[in-house]
Amino acid sequence: MAEWLKDVEPLTLKGRIAVPYSWWVGDTGSRFLMSLRDDRKILGTKCPSCGTVFVPPRKNCGRCFVDIEEWVEVAAEGVIEAHTIVHYAYPVQPVKPPFAYALIKLDGTDVGFLHLIKKDLDKIKNGLRVKAKFKEERTGSILDIDSFELI
Amino acid sequence: MDNAAIVGVAQTKYERRKKDQILADLVFDVTRAALDDAGLAIGDIDSVVTVSNDFFDGRTISGMAVGDAAGGEDKNISTVSGDGAFGAFYGLMRVLSGYKATIVVAHYKGSEGSVPITTNGMFDPIFHRHLGIDAISAAALQADAYMARFGIREEDVAQVSVKNHGNAKNNPYAQLPMDITVADVMKSRKIAEPLKLLDCCPISDGAAAIIIANEEIAARTKKKPVWVKGVAHCCEEYFLGDRRLSDPVALQDAARRAYAMAGITDPMAEIDVAEVLEPFSYMEPLWLEGLGFCKPGEGAHLIEKGITTMGGRLPVNPSGGALSANPILVAGLARLIEATLQVRGEAGDRQVKNAATALAHGFNGPCGQSHCVWIMGGKK
Amino acid sequence: MGRRVAIVGVGQTYHKSHRPDVTSREMIREAVTAALADAELTIRDIDAIVIGNMDHFESINYVDTYSVEGSGGVMKPIMKVSTGGTTGATVAIAAYYHVASGLFDRVLAIGFEKNSESDTTGAIITCSDAIWDRFSYSGAIPSLATEATAYMEKYGATQEDAAIIGERDRNNALNNPFAHLRRPLTVADIMASPMLAYPIKLGDICPRSDGACACVLAADGVAQKIARKPAWFKAAAVRHTYTWFGDSTDYNKGLVSMQRASKDAYQQAGITKPAEEIDVAELYLPYTWAGLKWIEDIGFCGPGEGVRFVRDGNTHMGGKIPVNPSGGVISTNCIGATAMLRVAEAAIQVMGRGGKRQVPDVKNALATGFGGCFWSDVVILSTERP
Repeated sequence: MAEWLKDVEPLTLKGRIAVPYSWWVGDTGSRFLMSLRDDRKILGTKCPSCGTVFVPPRKNCGRCFVDIEEWVEVAAEGVIEAHTIVHYAYPVQPVKPPFAYALIKLDGTDVGFLHLIKKDLDKIKNGLRVKAKFKEERTGSILDIDSFELI
Repeated sequence: MDNAAIVGVAQTKYERRKKDQILADLVFDVTRAALDDAGLAIGDIDSVVTVSNDFFDGRTISGMAVGDAAGGEDKNISTVSGDGAFGAFYGLMRVLSGYKATIVVAHYKGSEGSVPITTNGMFDPIFHRHLGIDAISAAALQADAYMARFGIREEDVAQVSVKNHGNAKNNPYAQLPMDITVADVMKSRKIAEPLKLLDCCPISDGAAAIIIANEEIAARTKKKPVWVKGVAHCCEEYFLGDRRLSDPVALQDAARRAYAMAGITDPMAEIDVAEVLEPFSYMEPLWLEGLGFCKPGEGAHLIEKGITTMGGRLPVNPSGGALSANPILVAGLARLIEATLQVRGEAGDRQVKNAATALAHGFNGPCGQSHCVWIMGGKK
Repeated sequence: MGRRVAIVGVGQTYHKSHRPDVTSREMIREAVTAALADAELTIRDIDAIVIGNMDHFESINYVDTYSVEGSGGVMKPIMKVSTGGTTGATVAIAAYYHVASGLFDRVLAIGFEKNSESDTTGAIITCSDAIWDRFSYSGAIPSLATEATAYMEKYGATQEDAAIIGERDRNNALNNPFAHLRRPLTVADIMASPMLAYPIKLGDICPRSDGACACVLAADGVAQKIARKPAWFKAAAVRHTYTWFGDSTDYNKGLVSMQRASKDAYQQAGITKPAEEIDVAELYLPYTWAGLKWIEDIGFCGPGEGVRFVRDGNTHMGGKIPVNPSGGVISTNCIGATAMLRVAEAAIQVMGRGGKRQVPDVKNALATGFGGCFWSDVVILSTERP
């Protein structure tokens, strides 16, 4: 080891990448978010080929690789397919832990819808039914649904 | 496929914080060490692939920081942004296309960024990211879906952590060699249920390099070449809710094609050792199912029966796996390096006896969305 | 040795400053659908996919896995290659190796960017070293301006000389229905445009665009069945050298990466007199001055001869070696797709599908990528199976 190394103190430089982003939601996603905001309704789209009802809606089916035109209104309630109760905190989380993430199969859909459960964490089980709770102030965001609650 | 071999490997020791070296230093060290291992000079290398990721490095065009350190000066060079197993795949394709020797380097410093924030960036910016989901919480959903479907207990997957941290004691490169018990795992801090601290990989710093060469170069390298027998990768759907998280279909497809290329019909009988990328304990049994070593839902029985332990029929992760060191991106390359060392018979105290055929695996994307499977062997 | 490989289909979106109607994933699908249609294939015919962009322009980590619904990558092998401004070319080259290796017969290469979603310069600044360079680096324009002033000083080139390139490319864009900026721009317009960093004015520099491009590559034996006139790869060369900004560029040496990459490419293609043997070039010229200087580095003319070569009309449509019939980067710049558009447009010329922008009787077409820290890629495509 070189002699000078013994006096070296490992320094760090603090930095943060702060690039502003505005992601275009696109026509398909915008219709979905507008419906959450304006009508408190959850919309999906249905693949003409395999019949899968997607929520959030897709402009095309990834499996069949065809365009999707058909819109369907789906229920604001469904069944928990998988869940986790989160105990660690970091800045992007919209709510303080503990809270839960759940994949919820909304009635009338064929895929899991990812969202939050904030209450009754000790009662959550896969297979239980939950219902969307909408925020009073809605802006056209996935968080216009505040969370899902056990029925 | 023409013959191609891994002829040189190198890795740094994996540590929580490498305070004394920048990424380029780490890459230079492993590049030089891989050349030494192969007995080649930088002039023998005609192609370079770096494995670099702008999010994790906090830098756009992240490959720029390490290209020269990887010997890229006046050479055909490129950057794969993804796990090292995929970077190695690109390296292989370049050799099969006519390059003599490609060096593939991967680098990661978890100590310099935020794992939740950078992995939150994997998720859909419109529908998922604002929910705060990241690699850990998504993995917890997969763990729940998998364990609930097959009735797997937390104690069952905890055994994977016990085994892999124990294996790490024999790996001088590992970050977390530990003597722990299932009880220790069970009582460790809850992270995202059912995952507890000891079900999760650490945050790591490190780098690794391999040299893939054609037959002409492989005939004159210092170490025994380890040949590529089969390799394939495959990706499934993106949205977590579109997938059946307990069914690793992309892994099944990649494994099927890699086995076909390698002429493997009965993986359990024909593969001697496997290194799979398991940043979370439940992933090891789930991936073993996907790789066809057992039926769906039976992955956890393999460890219970001692099959995947060091003395078992199929030792899995003798290196200690990603649970014992998880420099993201480097981690898949580290699996391939361990497979190479095993086939060479150079794995020291963790050597699996008569390891002639080894499997290595890496993946990209949340909950293992895109998998890459390698079969390596001692004979052409 | 690897297999012979050809481009057999290309597709691109129309390019605009903003695409509010689609997400990146949906925009990617437009380019993929167009490329598949051009090749008369379906997604089921595709064996593997390579995709790339620059992460910090959309802030999406792992776009390979993010994009599968749009790229067609569900239950296929997909790989992401990302090398800054050169990405589109390095993705196409990675797709070339996919096929040349013998592992895949038909591969899709995709480049895209939605520059409207972020602050492009803010993101580009993060390419500089966080400890040593980031505090002082101010993005692509000033570093290109430094190159331009060195060139002016050495060879006496003027701002009007450079503006000819802008007029040429923007005029060419009128023939390209996909181009972003389809308004003519004259030398006088460019001279009158606001100064950004001397001597670069607004009219000298590329726009920011939203768009995507996709190419279908196929192996020898397969390619001939897909396309009547495949665009065969004759060469693919990449030089990406960087140390620190301060010592990476001796501007008086010229663009070293381009000199080296083109030398490698000409060797692969067996080309000894580029200006005679290459019929059309699609060059990644992010600003007008590059159209004078880099054609020297690529060997179309000698050092210091760029101005004369351009002023003599050699690079205009109808000239000896038309440059950028598509309108080039000055007219369209969706960064992750930009370098692939050069390769795709070169393929279009070789395949004879250029419509109003077609150069007659193209045999060999050359495409370049530029980016990173004065990095260069060169691809040569040909009607002739190598």
